[in-house]
Amino acid sequence: MGSNMAEQHPVGFQWVMEAHERGAKYIHVDPRFTRTSAMADRHVPIRAGTDIAFLGGVINYIFEHDAWFREYVQHYTNGPVIVREDYVDAEDAAGMFSGWDPEHGAYQIESWGYDETSHEAAGGKKEQQGDVSGEQAQGAHGMKLERGNPPNIDNSMQHPRCVLQILKRHFARYTPQVVSEICGCSERDFLAVARALCENSGRERTSAIVYSVGWTQHTVGVQNIRAASIVQMLLGNMGRPGGGILALRGHANIQGSTDIPTLYNILPGYIPMPHPTSGPDLDKFIELNGPDTGAWGNLKNYMVSLLKAWWGDAATDENNYGYDYLPRIDGDHSHYPMMVKMLDGGVQGMFCVGQNPTVGSANSKLMRLALAKLDWLVVRDFQPTESALFWKDSPEHESGETRAEDIQTEVFFLPCAAHTEKDGNFTNTQRLLQWHWKALDPPGDARSELHWIYHLGKAVRDKLADSEDPRDRPILDLTWDYPVEGPHQEPNAEAVLQEINGRGPDGKMLSTYEELKDDGSTACGSWIHCGIYKDGVNQSARKKPGQDQNWIAHEWGWAWPKDVRILYNRASADPDGKPWSERKRYVWWDGADDKWTSLGDSPDFPAQKEPSFEPEEDAKAMEAISGDKPFILHPDGRAWLFAPSGLVDGPLPTHYEPQETPFQNALYPQQQNPTRQEFPRPENPYHPVGSPVFPYVLSTWRLTEHHTSGAMSRTVPYLAELQPEFFCEVSPALAAERGLEHGGWATIVTARSAVEARVLVTDRIKPLQIEGRPTYRVGMPYHWGGVGIVTGDSANDLLPLVLDNNVHISEYKVATCDIRPGRRPRGPARLKLVEEYRQRAGVRVS
Amino acid sequence: MSRRSATLKPRTATADRVVQSVCPYCAVGCGQKVYVKDEKVVQIEGDPDSPISRGRLCPKGAASEALVNQPGRMKEVLYRRPGSANWERISLEQATDMIAERMIRTRAQTWEEQGEDGKALKRTLGIHFLGGATLDSEENYLIKKFFCAAGALSIENQARI
Repeated sequence: MGSNMAEQHPVGFQWVMEAHERGAKYIHVDPRFTRTSAMADRHVPIRAGTDIAFLGGVINYIFEHDAWFREYVQHYTNGPVIVREDYVDAEDAAGMFSGWDPEHGAYQIESWGYDETSHEAAGGKKEQQGDVSGEQAQGAHGMKLERGNPPNIDNSMQHPRCVLQILKRHFARYTPQVVSEICGCSERDFLAVARALCENSGRERTSAIVYSVGWTQHTVGVQNIRAASIVQMLLGNMGRPGGGILALRGHANIQGSTDIPTLYNILPGYIPMPHPTSGPDLDKFIELNGPDTGAWGNLKNYMVSLLKAWWGDAATDENNYGYDYLPRIDGDHSHYPMMVKMLDGGVQGMFCVGQNPTVGSANSKLMRLALAKLDWLVVRDFQPTESALFWKDSPEHESGETRAEDIQTEVFFLPCAAHTEKDGNFTNTQRLLQWHWKALDPPGDARSELHWIYHLGKAVRDKLADSEDPRDRPILDLTWDYPVEGPHQEPNAEAVLQEINGRGPDGKMLSTYEELKDDGSTACGSWIHCGIYKDGVNQSARKKPGQDQNWIAHEWGWAWPKDVRILYNRASADPDGKPWSERKRYVWWDGADDKWTSLGDSPDFPAQKEPSFEPEEDAKAMEAISGDKPFILHPDGRAWLFAPSGLVDGPLPTHYEPQETPFQNALYPQQQNPTRQEFPRPENPYHPVGSPVFPYVLSTWRLTEHHTSGAMSRTVPYLAELQPEFFCEVSPALAAERGLEHGGWATIVTARSAVEARVLVTDRIKPLQIEGRPTYRVGMPYHWGGVGIVTGDSANDLLPLVLDNNVHISEYKVATCDIRPGRRPRGPARLKLVEEYRQRAGVRVS
Repeated sequence: MSRRSATLKPRTATADRVVQSVCPYCAVGCGQKVYVKDEKVVQIEGDPDSPISRGRLCPKGAASEALVNQPGRMKEVLYRRPGSANWERISLEQATDMIAERMIRTRAQTWEEQGEDGKALKRTLGIHFLGGATLDSEENYLIKKFFCAAGALSIENQARI
């Protein structure tokens, strides 16, 4: 669902086809018909932005048909846990949950907690008092529990306030008929999907759900995935071979750049960035951010080891290991709010490193206008991108809104090295790190990012060397002495990987995060990666051929944590440690040797913890996790059907309409996600719900032959030739309604901009019947811009910024638009056209 | 086969060396074999040893030789002055020096030692960084480490997009 795997991850798709040939059933639920649908047993088209309604229907079906996996749910999930009495579900409050604070436009989440937990503990120990948004404000890593046990549990799961019963009631109205009305699919199609999932789950069988950005790029993105995880927990499909929820990510190292983040709100290994609340006190930070129980109960070990890796001898017990050297976050400092701040003149400098926001980010016109407010911009890429050239050539120059001579931004373009020109790791979509070797030196002035950041860091340190300013101590005290080699003084990437792995007191490479200490005797750059250089060997560079191993291929690359290939795989055995079935045997308790063993994976559980283990009084961290609780990152070791902390928009997924939609919410008076982040301003206006001026649903997507903004594909001759031109897809019925001609031109208009594209009239984008009338859709790949071998208008110029407040991702998959035949007006006439639409639709621009 | 064709050899057979790599496009992580001759990449093929891809590549992966040898690939540093309509050439060393100066200047001008409540912030929001999903983890690690030490905390990447 929400994925076009055959076209976007074609080589991974070979495994779907292989399973299909062996008899596996394969279903594609997605708004459009693609090559992924063409190969499926069944394609079920649904209206974009209605995935929660569909999955909610599946959850309701599971209960109606008593198809849930009782033993799995009872032992491994929080289904039996009783929730607080003051919790009010969206069913009983018009689509809102208890705790809404209208003044701040946010939920106070205490009432979502487990029964008999205190207000503070129930919400997770949230450090922030209101101005940090996102998952971090809400106790991302869980709450305080004595001995890892929720206070009140009903193992019969009959108590009206137990999670299972709340869940049943929450989704009771998501009937096949309602699903059909909201999603626009037939009841028959919906029932076939629900039945297939239930029939293919249980002791003997497992089902997997695959998604991509078709789920994340919504104002309900996180809850889309939560809905799928509830289905998989109820059916017992997590932590087992052939099961799971598989997120197909879109870039070679997008997983790795989340794990070792170039993200503002986390440190390596998902450690939260500190907020001002903890002051200079490391222990306070630990208390506020880590639950006492589960793997996060050792947060101090991970944090102190990270600080030791960064500040070495300058990190001492006396100075809290340099904790106070870290900058503090006290708001949303993510990409889009920063671009808006930039537009208002609040940001002086920007680095774009292998990213091209003037094509790839939503509302790209706003991005370009913001760049023009910078004092300086640095772009690193293969060749100058649209973002590097915004001052020279842009749609705003064409329309007369901007001129090069008025733009005071200094721009540096630095040529980058290719993947063949440097050593390093990419982390693929299943957390697998694979080392790639350098084949040759980069040409001319092109350099790796490792070279760039290392030498930039050195230059800054040299310039500040004599500084007495305390603010410069963190830079000067940093461990920044990597061995360099070759004609360009290239830093050694393996030396960096060794720092990430971590060293013990004797300087030797550590083997697992369980060895980390909070006394400064260990240094480790990313606790989840500890063991990647185990035994002094680069484990990610292991390349034993797949054909010489079993299907787990455990000697190819290295996966975090602890080289675990299926996360939470203790759940592949029953509570007593026996495989659920012979057919689905994967990890089990070996009573003869008193340890967990497996078909060839690393058990994601303490190796010698017996299935019958019960924690002692006052047990902390992993010692507080029972032998039958596989989900060790949660303080109770259970998977969360109901999320008592970590989310800003509700403990359960709820159907809300997108920001821009032709329809009213059929299930609740609350139309949209009440916590979504809006940026109402003249550069980012929104369309009214159900606007007849913008009657069509707009979605953006990718093509097999291009890569995101096109900076790595529109410059490659073969790929440019394969997909030369920007186009839009419309149904024959819409083409007839608007007079669009196949192969001709169309202009697509929103309150943000107007772009032109070639018209592809196709049955692939079938109108769906909603509320008794057809909904027409316009689909567009978003790869084009003004630079490259092939050029065209940018689809992202059309989209508004409106974010899921859990993670600050914008809603690229649904907006509304109009489409008309012919090319767009040139020059200032383009602006006039957009202005005319705004007025006609009554769009508010402030 | 013509007589001429019979005498031809594939570039994969005449390469000086072959290096194992990983495709730089999507996140499946297909194995690649990079063939180098005379210090130039002459071909990139799928790696049959990879248990993930079993030797296969998609259209993008198969075109990655043309990515590294793309005709418009820029090998020089470029600089645009405020208000200028054109690029000019500067050396890599000069660019590094100028960027370091600008980082230091912006950091000083936009530094927030503490918030209105008197609690320490020790940061700048005057610098925004975007990138990482196309870089190596070791590179991201050093970027995060250095920018954090500089207090420039608004580091973001494609995962947010």
